[in-house]
Amino acid sequence: MSMFDIFNVAGSAISAQSQRLNVVASNLANADTVAGPDGKAYKAREVMFQTVLMGQGEQPDASAGVRVSTIQEDQSEGRRVYDPKHPGADSDGYVTYSNVNAVEEMVNMISASRSYQNNVEVMNTARSLLQKTLQMGQG
Amino acid sequence: MLSRMTGAIDFQTEALVLRSERQRLIASNIANADTPGYVSRDFNFAQALRNATSGMSGSDGTHGSANALGAPVAADMVAEGLGRSRAEPELRYATPSQTNLDRNTVDMDRERAAFADNALKYESTLRFINGNVRTMLDAMKSPSQG
Repeated sequence: MSMFDIFNVAGSAISAQSQRLNVVASNLANADTVAGPDGKAYKAREVMFQTVLMGQGEQPDASAGVRVSTIQEDQSEGRRVYDPKHPGADSDGYVTYSNVNAVEEMVNMISASRSYQNNVEVMNTARSLLQKTLQMGQG
Repeated sequence: MLSRMTGAIDFQTEALVLRSERQRLIASNIANADTPGYVSRDFNFAQALRNATSGMSGSDGTHGSANALGAPVAADMVAEGLGRSRAEPELRYATPSQTNLDRNTVDMDRERAAFADNALKYESTLRFINGNVRTMLDAMKSPSQG
């Protein structure tokens, strides 16, 4: 029954989007983290989505779910601020902050939550359609 | 005899199967709206329904000789329903209306509209089936049952 596959497909998308939201949350939480004594600050992370085929039988490509293949770190340099009085300052008086771009993360968050909502709606529609299918022939 | 009564339902059943197939396909497109490189897919419903019902008699107005009155019911049912293999609809790729940097061609507005449209048509097919069933049940009732 192909309709039941929708729950797997939309469910995989929901879990992938919530993982993305999770990563965005940790990025935003670490937006103002400074580098420790080793000089390495927090690097922004980003999830990579990948299509995963979850159809059964002869047509495995008919239903395509999503999964998070990897979580990659943004390797760009962190923000450097001159603040010699800061306890985290290096010998030159500079403090290295994390390379999180708050604006980018907010956009990412809105996009993830919209996609999440879309998939929840897909699931609700599929559920109500299946419920009506169960009542077929009863009047 | 029986196949003549259920011929209309057979047709609606094919339509229902194709509608659920399409619903699943659009759900896959919506799920992959943020996947880089994913190509949106769909199929031509009218063509798929025509292919699915082309071998069927009695459903599209052409009455085959196989289900004439008095033909053996069981043999009829095997020939018409149980033995028929279902042809898979031919999937096509969507042409993007706006190109995307990550080569994803899912147009969310179009997919949402197609999803809502398909859900409504699935429901109406269900209602047609229910109507057919009710008609048949009414025809089977004896006059004394009201």
